[in-house]
Formats: sequence, structure tokens, C-alpha cells
Amino acid sequence: MSFLNSYIYYIGAFGLILVGLYIILTKHNLIKVIIGLGIMDTGVNLFLISIGYITRGTAPIFSSPEIDSERMVDPVPQALVLTAIVIGVAILALALSLAIRLYQHYETLNLRKIKEQKW
Amino acid sequence: MRKIATILLLIIVALGISQSLVKIPFGAPKTKVGRYYIEEGVEETGAANIVTSVVVGYRGFDTLGEVTILFIAAIGLGAVLTAGVRGETRKTQPASLVLYTGCRLLFPLILVFGTYIFIHGHLTPGGGFQGGAIIASGFLLIYLGCRERRISRVASNLAESLGGLTFVVIGLLGLVFGSYFLLNFLPKGTANALFSAGVIPIIYIAIGFKVGSELASIIDNLIEES
Repeated sequence: MSFLNSYIYYIGAFGLILVGLYIILTKHNLIKVIIGLGIMDTGVNLFLISIGYITRGTAPIFSSPEIDSERMVDPVPQALVLTAIVIGVAILALALSLAIRLYQHYETLNLRKIKEQKW
Repeated sequence: MRKIATILLLIIVALGISQSLVKIPFGAPKTKVGRYYIEEGVEETGAANIVTSVVVGYRGFDTLGEVTILFIAAIGLGAVLTAGVRGETRKTQPASLVLYTGCRLLFPLILVFGTYIFIHGHLTPGGGFQGGAIIASGFLLIYLGCRERRISRVASNLAESLGGLTFVVIGLLGLVFGSYFLLNFLPKGTANALFSAGVIPIIYIAIGFKVGSELASIIDNLIEES
């Protein structure tokens, strides 16, 4: 149980990453592949946040003078994830726009039926 | 066959990751640089929110690069979607009166909330990226509720360009007044005051305008297409 308590966030984050990887590798529908990409993105963000967590930690904001700076969590992964979330949204939108164009050109989203792909 | 191979691959990846992860204790302080930012950040940058001082202060150049990635993604989406033939515009059913009035009532409140989030980015949880995302969600609400309304492309491009330009010009002013790019040349003031932390709130407001207009133009392009 103590193992689960101490590593549950890592297990959850890498579970999300592996689920996303499985979807990307096995599904044939392009929309499902993009959803897998989004799930993987969430997993990476959760992993970065949980790396910086400190037990019974608080947010790294000095909003009142009696806050103990020893309990503050690591601000660096939070700063990285802050921008990574917005960029993840933009990349998903770009992927969806390419999927729209692909559907208009081939009239299918099934990756097996799009013949000209190289992989 | 493909699924079995994939599952085998995933098991190998999971085993490799778990080997390295058991050496990283969960919930213990790890990095010295994070500890340094917490102890010295308020004095060095003047921002009460340490995450903001890391994003805009210590790693400001990195944030400029990330804003550029967002810009390129928005440009690429516009280029992909608007190039070539446009499909015929689909007839949409107008929204009901309750939805229409509700969206028009909520839209200015959402704008005010987003602006509050990015103006107070150096004091409270929030900042330019989050405030910009909230503002874009307000535009999405308008697109869903009042279907015939469109944002002005000129105003959106103007807000985006001004935001990016402000960021770069403030960075270059750091070179003029001091020694390096993105130097915090304004007075820092007292922590936890609205006018504190020098250039950090100005840069975060610029980021808020830029992110908000970029995400709104992404929504605009995607809705025009569907």
C-alpha cells in the first residue's frame, strides 16, 4: 500500500502516456490518433507536475507573510507545464486542421486506406 | 498481430520507465534551482507569484520562444485551412433566444475575468496564458451562441502583433538600459502590490493579448471551415 501511496501519480501519469501510445500505434482512424496524442500530452504534463510535488506542499505564491517557504512545491515544472498546455492546444488544433484537409482530399480518415503514406 | 506487438512494446517501455522511476522519490524536494527561485525570487524579481517570476523573469527568453511556437501553429492552421478551395457555407440553425441572450450577457463578464487573470498574473495564480485561454473561451461562446457574429480579423491581427511587439521591444529596452535581453529595468516596488515587479506585468499583459487573439483566430478558422 505504501508503494501505491508514494508512486500513484507516477503510475497514473505513465498510464496515460502508455494509453496514448497504444492508441497512436494501433488505431486506424486519424481522429482517434489525434485523441491519443492529446491523452499522451496530458500524461506528460501530469508527470512533470508530480515530479515537482512536495508532500503536503502548497502553491509557490507569497500571498501572505506567514506562508512557510519550506513547504512550497517546485515552481520550475509548473512554469514549464503552464506553457506546454497552451502549446498542446495549438498543436491539437493544427493536427485537426490537417485532418480536415486530409478528409477533403481522400474522403476517408482511415489511415489504412490512404495509399500514399510511407509508413 | 499488430496489437500484440504493440502491447509487447508498451510492456518493455513500462518496465524501462519503472526501473528509472523507483529511484525518484515522490514528494521529496529534488532540484536546487527550484529552491533558489523560492528563496530569492521575490527579492530579485519583485513578483509574489514565483511561477510567474520563473516564466517571465528567469526564463523569459524561453517564454518568447514558446509564444513563437503558438504563433507559428496559429499561422500554419490558417494557411492549411484557408488555402485552396473553400467548401460551401453550411446553413446553420439559429440559436434559441435563451442561448443568444445568455451568451451576449456572459461574454463581457468572461472578458473582464480573463483580463483580471492576466493583469494579476504576478500576484495570484494565473497569468497571460491562462487569461488568454479564458478570453478565447469567451469568443468560442459567442461563436456557439450567436452564429452569424464573427470577430474582426483586423482587430485580432492587431492585438496579436501588438502583443508580440511589446514583448520583443521590452526585451530590447533591457539591452538599452542595462546589459542583457529582457532585463527587469523598471523599479520593482513592494511585493504583493499591483504595481510591482517591474516589467513582468507588462510582458504578461502582452502575452495575454497575444494568446487570446491567437486562440480566438484558431477557433474562428476552425468554425469557418466546419
